[in-house]
Formats: sequence, structure tokens, C-alpha cells
Amino acid sequence: MSSQTAATPMIDVTVDGEVVQVPEGATLLDACRTKGADTPTLCYLETLTPVNVCRVCVVELEGSRTLVPSCSRAAYHGAVVETDSPRVRHSRKLVLELLASTVDLSRASGDVKRWMDRYDVDTARFGPAAAPGERDGRDPGHHHASDGATAETVAQPVKIHDEMYVRDYSKCILCYRCVEACGEDAQNSFAIAVAGRGFDARISTEFDRKLDQSACVYCGNCIGVCPTGALVFKSEYDHREAGTWDEAKQNVTRTVCPYCGVGCNLELHVQANEIVKVTSPMDHSVTQGHLCIKGRFGWQFVQNRGSE
Amino acid sequence: MPADERARMDLKLLPVEASADERAAVATVFESPSEVPNTDRVAREGLTEAKARRHLLLPALHAVQKAVGWISQGALNEICRRLIVPPAEAYGVASFYAMFSTTARAPRVAHVCDDIACKLAGADAMCATFERTIGPPGTPSADGRATWLRSPCLGLCERAPAVLFQLAGSKNADDDTIAPATVDEIEQVLNGATVPAPAVGSTPQTSGTREPGLRLLRRVGVADPTSLSAYRAAGGYDALGRAIEIGPAQAITEVSVSKLQGRGGAAFPTGRKWDAVAKAAETPRYIVCNADESEPGTFKDRVLMEEDPFAIVESMTIAGFAVSAERGYLYVRGEYPLATARLEGAIRQCRADGLLGADVMGKGFVFDIELRRGAGAYICGEETALFNSIEGFRGEPRNKPPFPVEKGLFGRPTVINNVETLANVLDIVLEGGAAFAGVGTDQSTGSKLFCVSGAVERPGLYEVPFGTTLAALLERAGGVAEGRRLATVLLGGAAGTFVSPAHLDTPLTFEGTRAIGASLGSGVVMVFDEAADMRDIVLRIAAFFRDESCGQCVPCRVGTVRQEELLQRLARDGARPSPAAEADLLDELARVMRDASICGLGHTAANAPQSAVTMGLFGGTGHE
Repeated sequence: MSSQTAATPMIDVTVDGEVVQVPEGATLLDACRTKGADTPTLCYLETLTPVNVCRVCVVELEGSRTLVPSCSRAAYHGAVVETDSPRVRHSRKLVLELLASTVDLSRASGDVKRWMDRYDVDTARFGPAAAPGERDGRDPGHHHASDGATAETVAQPVKIHDEMYVRDYSKCILCYRCVEACGEDAQNSFAIAVAGRGFDARISTEFDRKLDQSACVYCGNCIGVCPTGALVFKSEYDHREAGTWDEAKQNVTRTVCPYCGVGCNLELHVQANEIVKVTSPMDHSVTQGHLCIKGRFGWQFVQNRGSE
Repeated sequence: MPADERARMDLKLLPVEASADERAAVATVFESPSEVPNTDRVAREGLTEAKARRHLLLPALHAVQKAVGWISQGALNEICRRLIVPPAEAYGVASFYAMFSTTARAPRVAHVCDDIACKLAGADAMCATFERTIGPPGTPSADGRATWLRSPCLGLCERAPAVLFQLAGSKNADDDTIAPATVDEIEQVLNGATVPAPAVGSTPQTSGTREPGLRLLRRVGVADPTSLSAYRAAGGYDALGRAIEIGPAQAITEVSVSKLQGRGGAAFPTGRKWDAVAKAAETPRYIVCNADESEPGTFKDRVLMEEDPFAIVESMTIAGFAVSAERGYLYVRGEYPLATARLEGAIRQCRADGLLGADVMGKGFVFDIELRRGAGAYICGEETALFNSIEGFRGEPRNKPPFPVEKGLFGRPTVINNVETLANVLDIVLEGGAAFAGVGTDQSTGSKLFCVSGAVERPGLYEVPFGTTLAALLERAGGVAEGRRLATVLLGGAAGTFVSPAHLDTPLTFEGTRAIGASLGSGVVMVFDEAADMRDIVLRIAAFFRDESCGQCVPCRVGTVRQEELLQRLARDGARPSPAAEADLLDELARVMRDASICGLGHTAANAPQSAVTMGLFGGTGHE
């Protein structure tokens, strides 16, 4: 980025006893990564405004009473940070345990699995998972207390309402990424928001209307930023359900979208000579990973060989 | 085409029309003469008019809820069309608050408090009666016109058990409370009758022989709280006059010298807030009075607002004068209808008398106050959540820094003070900061309001100088009721801690309570005798935090659920594998909530449960 030219003043931050230099305006997370400290993140994404809600990236900052979220805390000259103190390890472990005991993380990235191993995550200690249930339309400020024998989860029926999206909120960690991508950080559609409160908070359209009756424009950018597979392309979902999804057998081909003149880069994920999903590279200067409905979903004609 | 029309075209609205009543209700928000125009934000901040109007979302939702009893798709649509807010976002806001219903609901609702103090006063039996006569919470009555719900603390603990009525669909019936309430009275109101408020006072020190030396309560029971002339006759507006005399800089100095600390729970030095905002380069600046008192067991601010509302208006005006802010926001708990009405009346009279407006007291400075009602969300008492709530967003706390003095309401430098904190400013300005600091102790200056409730002979709001011991305070309240034995005291509210009778000699100061690992919090002193079912009480606290977590951050959203489950197991003797192991797990949950949550709700959600377990109030399962 042009903002980080050679002229940007550098500041010193001490991470785990080692002084590293980061440009002014960097975050503590930048400093941790500069030092090479493997810092877990879930809600953070380079292309979105940090919301610092997952709290897995917390570090100990000298002078601060509580731990601080490294993804959004500005670094300053002389800051002293610990990323592997007992307090940090405890909070990261518990955050991952609280999430993993609540949410189906089976589709989260390999990074998440690595962090769960590193912090010795044990989800069983909160008890066996409670039965799944309906979560839409719960009233804020009221809940039925359980007897504690089981651990409440967000398990709920999967939402399949059209041929493009599947929303499986049993896998949702409420990281707000989809809301941001749908809103001011990318698409400006504002079709979804967080509704409800507390443990019953959920990603929702107005009155939980189906997406095709909402402001959704099917750009697929919410799917593109989802870290846990809660939002998934229907094409991918169908393959997975049929047991035919096999990333080892997929080729990813980078190309340019043929529709308009913007020049968005596409990554075609092809399995057995069939396009199974389309993404865009996060580091592409035009898209930053985001696309529109045409680039994302308008590729069926490529495979329409039968009529030739 | 005007910018608003273009923006409206981009909005995908619901294909549902609002009813005439709903449209009329939304329209009132734009017509209300009490609405201070905020169009200067458009010009100064370069916002579209739509963005500058977003702050009307909460008032618009209130208007519809009041008119028809719930927020229908058509009503939400009308609000979104007029305010240019995406429906998904408006739904996210509406579904955040307990006093709004996004599903059809009977127009007359009794919110029956089943929180701690009311539980001690028999609330569970009342709820059981309604379960029988009406049905489970939310069930419409036989005629479909009424229903009942359980409610968290309504801030009427000194007169428990309490009930709040939301009465929709009638211009003649305002929301109301009854405390103490009986099943009979609640049923009458649900059937449309009017029940006179019980004639029980909240301040024992002002009834009968008036106690000398009262400061914060000096006008309570003396000056008619609905009359500006009565307020002025009792010394009202002398302080603003004095502040103008000494000037803004000296007013701030006096507050700093007084060592006044915030009375909302965090005990931050008030003078430092004022000073920082006065020195901030950015304008406009704002004064916000945090009157969203919702900490279970707390009712001090409610009593001040009901009994001395002009004092709040005057002290906010002094704050505005001191830091050069031209507008103040008064954010009052939605569950406080009487306080709201009294404050609205006070603001109206002060405006009419030139004590608010474009030329305050004829001294050439501008200050006006806008009142905003909360809608049932404890978290909105957190200062940054409160800003979001006023601005028309979900009441989710913001990450700090930046702090409110730098980026507060509408992103501008903001002084946010609790009601009781502000009330102290009048004396500070009048008698000087040094004299004020002479009251109380060196580190805790002035007097303090304590909300004494539960098993005492004379529950109520008590004003004592800082340093009074817990024992002496309880003695003023007549000691444990019916001569029973004291079991424990909940100090500081649900976010506070249980303390044992061994700590009765603790001086009630910030430093004194800190020394025993407790905190004054919001001034709650809730007393439990040996007959109290402490397991039930602690479970209610755990349920409270689970209900009131905003849901934003993982430690609090899930931690409060796991905490409640754990305590349920302990209470049912289903510990897994042992009570000691559960106590260890509770400690682990407490640590992550304290260390890694975004705001004070998560930081303190485990305080009371953990102290209860440690003290063995859960049946000797503790480690002590």
C-alpha cells in the first residue's frame, strides 16, 4: 500500500522480550506477526474493519488492567507485549473452548485446528451438547434456564432457500465478517445484521425473511469471508452432502472475469472438469476478495457443452 | 433529485404497508416539539440527512411500541422508509431491546420483577399465580388484551415486589409502575383499571423526623419536584449562577479539587473527564447524563430523578457551561416512567424560563437537553453502549480506547456522568471543591447514596458520609428484619460481591471495600437473612447476566451461559465430577470473562457467583 512508503516513521514494540520495528499506525497484531508470534485470529480479516469480538487474539499489554485485542489496538513506541504468558494462554484456550463447545467448527481452517491443539482445547468439560433447536425470533432478556446437565449450543436447522446460498448457522461463531462484507466494508447492501441479544444473538435479515425477499444481491461476499463454513455456496454444499467434494482433486485457475471492464480476478475451483465454486484473491487490488453476482455465480454457460 | 430520495431508492424495503396508527406514531417523532433539531450535524459533519437522522430510530421504535404494542413488519418498514435505515439493521436494533416486541403482543403488559429483592418479597409466588390464571409468560389473557412477562430488576427494590406496566394503544394510559404490588392490583390494571400508587416513601431519612445534614436528599420531601419555582425557592439555580460567576475554568478546578469520583460504579475522577473534554480540540462536544440505572438492587438515581429532577437539569447545564458543550443528552432507563415524566416536565419548564436554550439565564451561552428513553437493556448503562443506543445502533459496547472524552457520542468529545455524580456538582460549585472534599474520607469525598433493600426493617435510600461502616448503615435501616440473623450482604449489585457478616465493620468507601476484595459499585446494600435461599438468589444473578450480555464478544456471550449451567449443576447437586472441580471451572470462566471481555459486564459477571461459591453459600462447596 502506498501509505507505507519508506518515509513512514517506524516505532519500537517489544514482543515477548524481543524489540521489533513496525510502521506508525500499525496494530499490535502487526507487531506480533513481525516478531513471528503465531497469533490466532478468528473475526479479524485484512480486508475488513476490525470488530475485535472473538477475543482470541488477546495479548498482555504492559500497563493495561485487562488483556487487549491485538487486531485493533494501535501499537505505540515503547509498547511491551506478551503473547504467551499464562494469562494469554488461558484466555485463548477458554475462548476456543467456549466456541468449540457451542459451534460446529468442523469446517474451520487448519489454523483453527492447530490453535486448538496448541492451547489444549477440551470441549467435553462443559458437558454433552444439548439438543439442537430453533434460534430465530427468541426474545431478548428471556431464556429458559437449563438444568446444566448439557451444554447449550447454537445447533439449529440448516437454511436452504435457493440455488445459490446455504446458511448453516450451527457453524456460526458470530464474527460479524459477513455483516461487514454485506455492509460498509464491501457491498453496501445491508441485507443482514446481527439481531437478538446475548447468546441468542444471530445473523439475520429483517424478521428472518428469506434472502431472496431481502436486500441480498447474491454477490456471495459473505460466503467469501466466512471463516467456518457457516455460509457456503450451494454447489459446494451439494457436493459435500453427496460425498463428492474433494479439494485434493480440485484445480484452481486464476482468470479475469469476462463480464464488465473492471477486471476482477477470478479463481475457478474445478473438480472433474466442473466449476464447483468461484472465489477472488484477497490480495487482488481490484476485488480484495469481493465479487458481484455475475463473477461469482454466472459461469454455468461454461459447462453448457451439451447444446454445442 | 434530493440526496434523501436517491438514498431511499437504494433501500430495499419490505412489501408490507404500515397501518394508519403505525404511520401516525412514526410521524410524531418528526413532529414532536420537544425534539431538538439536530440538523447542524449535517452541515458540520458533511453527513447525509439520512445519517444525521439515524438517532431517531430508538424514539421511532418507542412510538410504535406505545401506539400498537409491538413492532410489526409494516411499522418497521415505515420507520425505515422515513429514516432511510436498512430494514435488517432496524430489525437488529428492535430485537435487541426487551421492551420492544417484534412479534404480535397484547397491548397491556405487566412486567413482573422476579429479580433478587422482589424474589425475597414473594415475586415467585406472584409469578406462579399468573402462570395459573393467564398462562406461561407472554400468553395473552382470555380477551387477548393483556399479558405478563418476568422482568429483571425494575429499580424499585425498597418497595418490593414491583411491577412495570407497558400500556399500549391508548393515549390516556402511560407506562406505570406499582410497588409494592399485589396480584390483585396487577390483575386490575391488566383489566384496564387505574390503581393509585401506594403511598410508601423511598427515603426513610426524610419521613417523620427529618434527619439533619442531608445534602443530596436535601430537597426530597421539601420542594415539589414538579415545580421550577419550588426548586428555585429551595436554592435551585444558585449553583449555575455561581458557576457563571467563577467561569468555566474555575468550575472545572472546583470539581477536580473536590476529588469527586463517579457514582455509577467505576469511580473515575469526574474532574479529569471535564478537563479532558474542555481541552479537546474537536467540536461539538456533548454532555451525557447516564440515567440508565439498571444494576440489580440499585434505585438511587431513580429517586433523585423522581424527587429532585431540576437538580439533574441544573447540574448538566453547569457541565455544559464548564466544557463548552451546547447539547446534553439525558438517557433514562425505559423502565422508569415517573422519572421520565418528571424530567420531561423539568426540561420543559426550564426551557420556558430561559434556563435552557439559546441564551441560558441571559448570560449568552447555549445549552439544551434532549431526553432519550432506553428500552430494556442493562448493557446500555455501559457508556459506549449508551452512545450506540442514542445513535440508533445496537447497544453494543465499543472497544476502548478511544475513550468518550476523545470520541464519545457521535464520535465527539463527550462528558458522560452518572445522575448521582452530577447531583454532587451543585454543592461542589456552591461551597467550593475544598469544602466538599472535607466531607467523607481522604480518598472518598462527599456523601454517598446507598440502596438498602432485602431483609432489613426499613429498606430505602440512605445518604451517609463516606466512611460510615456497613454495620452503622444497617443499623440506620433498623437492622435485620424480624430479628433474624444476618447471613450475607450483596455489596455493589449483581456485578458486586457477597460479603460475610465478619466484614460488617468495613468502612463504606472506595478504598475500604477494595481492601476486602469488594466494591461499592452503584451503592447496593442488599441484605439476606438466614432464611434466604441463596442458591436461588445466585442462580437469578447468573440468569441475569446471561440475559443481559449483548452477545458481541465470546467470553461474555458464551461464558455467562456456561456459568449459569455450572451453577445449575451445583445447585442441583449434580456437580461434575465434584463440587471442587466445578469451583475450579467457575474460576477459569471468571478469569477469561474478566481478562478478555470487551466491557465491564463481562468483567464483573462472575463476581457475585464466585464470591457465593467461595463463601459456601452454595452449601459448603467452596475452597475457603
